Amino acid sequence: MTSSRWLIIVASVSVLALGVAACGDSEDGGGGGGDLSGTIRIDGSSTVAPLSEAAAELFQEAESGVKVTVGTSGTGGGFEKFCAGETDISDASRPIEEDEIAACKSNGIEFEEVQVANDALSVVVNPENPVECMTVEQVSQIWDRGSKVDSWGDVKGLEADVGDESMALYGPGTDSGTFDYFTEAINGEEGVTRSNYNNIGEDDNGVINGVAGDQWALGYVPYSYVEESAGKVKPLQIENPESGECVAATIETVQDGSYVPLGRGLFVYPSGEALQKQEVLEFLTFYIAENDPITGAATFVPMTEAQKEASQRKVDSLVEG
Amino acid sequence: MEARDAIGASRAIGRGGGPSRSLQAPSPRYGEKAIEAMLGLCALLSVVTTTAIVISLLEPSIEFFGQVSLKDFLFGTEWAPTFTPPEFGVLPIVLATMVTSFWGLFVAIPLGLGAAIYLSEYASPRARKTIKPTLEVLAGVPTVAIGFFALFFMRPLLEDLLPFLPWSGPQAAGVAGLAVGLMIVPIIASLSEDAMSAVPTGLREAAYGLGATKMRVATRVVFPAALSGIVASIVLATSRAVGETMIVLLAAGASPNLTLGFTESVQTMTAFIGQTATGDIATGTVTYYTIFAVGLLLFLMTLVLNMISIRLVRRFHEAYD
Amino acid sequence: MAALGPQAERTRLAAAGARSVTRAAILSGQPLKDIIKGRIFFALLLLALGLALLGLAALILDAAIDGRSMLSLDLLTNSASRISPQTAGYANAIYGTILLIGGVLVMTVPIGVGSAIYLEEYADRTKWWNRVVELNIQNLAAVPSIVYGILGLAFIVRGPLDLGFILFAGSITLSLLVLPTVIIAAREAIRAVPPSIREGSFALGATRWQTVRRQVLPAAVPGIATGVILAVSRAAGETAPLLLVGAATFVTFDPTVFGDNGYTALPVMIFNNAKQAQPEFHVLAAAGIVVMLGVILLMNSFAIWLRNRYEQRW
Repeated sequence: MTSSRWLIIVASVSVLALGVAACGDSEDGGGGGGDLSGTIRIDGSSTVAPLSEAAAELFQEAESGVKVTVGTSGTGGGFEKFCAGETDISDASRPIEEDEIAACKSNGIEFEEVQVANDALSVVVNPENPVECMTVEQVSQIWDRGSKVDSWGDVKGLEADVGDESMALYGPGTDSGTFDYFTEAINGEEGVTRSNYNNIGEDDNGVINGVAGDQWALGYVPYSYVEESAGKVKPLQIENPESGECVAATIETVQDGSYVPLGRGLFVYPSGEALQKQEVLEFLTFYIAENDPITGAATFVPMTEAQKEASQRKVDSLVEG
Repeated sequence: MEARDAIGASRAIGRGGGPSRSLQAPSPRYGEKAIEAMLGLCALLSVVTTTAIVISLLEPSIEFFGQVSLKDFLFGTEWAPTFTPPEFGVLPIVLATMVTSFWGLFVAIPLGLGAAIYLSEYASPRARKTIKPTLEVLAGVPTVAIGFFALFFMRPLLEDLLPFLPWSGPQAAGVAGLAVGLMIVPIIASLSEDAMSAVPTGLREAAYGLGATKMRVATRVVFPAALSGIVASIVLATSRAVGETMIVLLAAGASPNLTLGFTESVQTMTAFIGQTATGDIATGTVTYYTIFAVGLLLFLMTLVLNMISIRLVRRFHEAYD
Repeated sequence: MAALGPQAERTRLAAAGARSVTRAAILSGQPLKDIIKGRIFFALLLLALGLALLGLAALILDAAIDGRSMLSLDLLTNSASRISPQTAGYANAIYGTILLIGGVLVMTVPIGVGSAIYLEEYADRTKWWNRVVELNIQNLAAVPSIVYGILGLAFIVRGPLDLGFILFAGSITLSLLVLPTVIIAAREAIRAVPPSIREGSFALGATRWQTVRRQVLPAAVPGIATGVILAVSRAAGETAPLLLVGAATFVTFDPTVFGDNGYTALPVMIFNNAKQAQPEFHVLAAAGIVVMLGVILLMNSFAIWLRNRYEQRW
């Protein structure tokens, strides 16, 4: 084939592809209609992003004139942009911190912490592992700073027969809200942890894969990963410190608070200024009201009615205030 | 066209006077000066960029070193900036960067140079025209794709090929390094091949005429003549390997172990920056400033590396020009 | 023959190999040692090339196999979806990547080639500031992509340029990232043009710029094209810096270069999909990699054609 013929073929294919891609989005956005328009910018935690994305998608089906984008700069990066007035809503997997509050205040950004879902952290082991339940003390024994637990035999008081196999540990990135929450709940203070374990970094699937591949591994990971892993790992029940019963993480136990201390809420932070825009207010109301399909799509635990009402009240107060 | 311009110029000179007239152009060429200035501005952009990088890294770094001693930073062996209490010893991540880059070059230099010599000296023009672009596709594979490829394909394969190594988790420094190597092969291969192709055929033919074998021509005549370009490609590839973020983040992990092991999970400097900058850390904290301190260190390290290599290149360049 | 078993077969092959080498040695007049070394060398070269191509093939096949259930033209026309990943596509991300790369091309080619020309043809190598520029460019090639993201956020999105989170800011950030590659490759290409070409042109009275424009540059086009290919390919595949300068991970409309509604790029979406808990997204990510490779190939094609056309051996 001569080079000019090759060029013509390549050029035509590129034009075709561009045309197909450019015309592509007439596929969606044709639904609903609605009469709202505008842009909503959401950024922040990659943990909460799936929820915001689901909300955005469903909302845009009803209101095709509104453009919603979701970014994942991280909770810290999200707050930084939020307090500079560059985003409308900030996704957060941890509460806003002092410095960030100060930054928002100095820029005149008012906000509220609005809960949008419940979540659980799971301690997972390999399905071949006979252990079913652990107490918070035992988990802390394993994960606390300076822990000398290297094998399953070192963990005191396990009810199952685990012999003395060496324990491989997996944990998610230490710059994440998951890490902060786990260390505070289990070891008593944020950031207190042993240092010799496999930190899998960016992709939480790494904990699932690591534990699934090693019969005597243990890790902790957000529950949605366990749910979606189709049996590759086994979530441990955690003994409730008050009732002494082993509690598994389910929608009910997370909602009624019996799965402690590893149940948590997930939040978004809208700004007062953004809520002056009709589309943002509608979006947040939608986000709260349509909580069930949204949390279902992102594999999180829905809010209770009481939590939904509390969230809506916070939104309303921010609009008025 | 060129000849006409040149003849016109010389005619203009000739018209101006007799043989005593200098060969300078009859009038100062302002166009030339303008072009030179414009081109110089382009080159200046690199200096502007570097200055901007240094500025954006310097200020937070100064904040950082106000709270963490330089000695602890440079000579400490524990890297745990997000833990409580934090440790800021940078040696583990520096070593990890060196180890992964080493394995990357270990793969890329032989494969790249081998491919380059083949394409330049042995392949038919038609083969060259298809193989060279195919190799260059490797340069376009998103680094996240190569990272996952390393994790899910290369790692199991290497465990099968080298079962005697102490494999543990799915993340390994050596595997990440090899994957980085695969990514930079096109840099070495394509640029070296260009350099070798640019060697005048006269040199080759002279060697053949003296009875040299093809291998000798390739290794003793063409390779040394193209050495400047080859070394430049290797230096560029090394820079690329040192600065690679995604592959090492996914395939080597985020556990800052101080180790040379091929199978150990490690955290490189770039992986640390990449993960923490998009994580949930609040901006304006010491932990956040760590990103900039590490970035500055990396910048200085590569500066020293490049100064050495420029000196080396100059020496080789002179020997064969 | 088969009845004699594998041992005989091996012997037969070994004998045939030895026969061919000896014949070649006698016919060519070369010493046997050289012939064998030459053959081994050639085999090693093929091995090197083969391994590299094998790596690429494995990567493509791995992605294609993992993503096969979703490989369809829908990937090119559908938008991202959280609710139904089975019908999701990469349309807006493809468009975003193409726009981003278009911007990178427009900026890096003139500035990169211009810098290279200045450094090779005009700059006085003995002056210290020119050497600083050289060192600078080489060092910039090693700066991690995420630092360019930090740079972009501080100076392009905010700071002096204050462009906001627009696609053009992403283009500029990526251009700065890959500019050193273009400059270094272009410099080598220009350096490789034999001095006799330049001297002949000067001898005929051409000015420096005329020489560069009419003699040196056309001769250097193949090398420059290679540099541009490598640079643009890398820019297309970058994730981390774009995340920092405001690329979203969820966008369901086509972006514009200067619009501030938001944009995304293929690798950003692929990465985001791969990180999700739901396995459907992993398949989508693998399919996205195949789409990405197609886009890369398409983008490189023009530069490759250009390179092939201007190829010449002195």
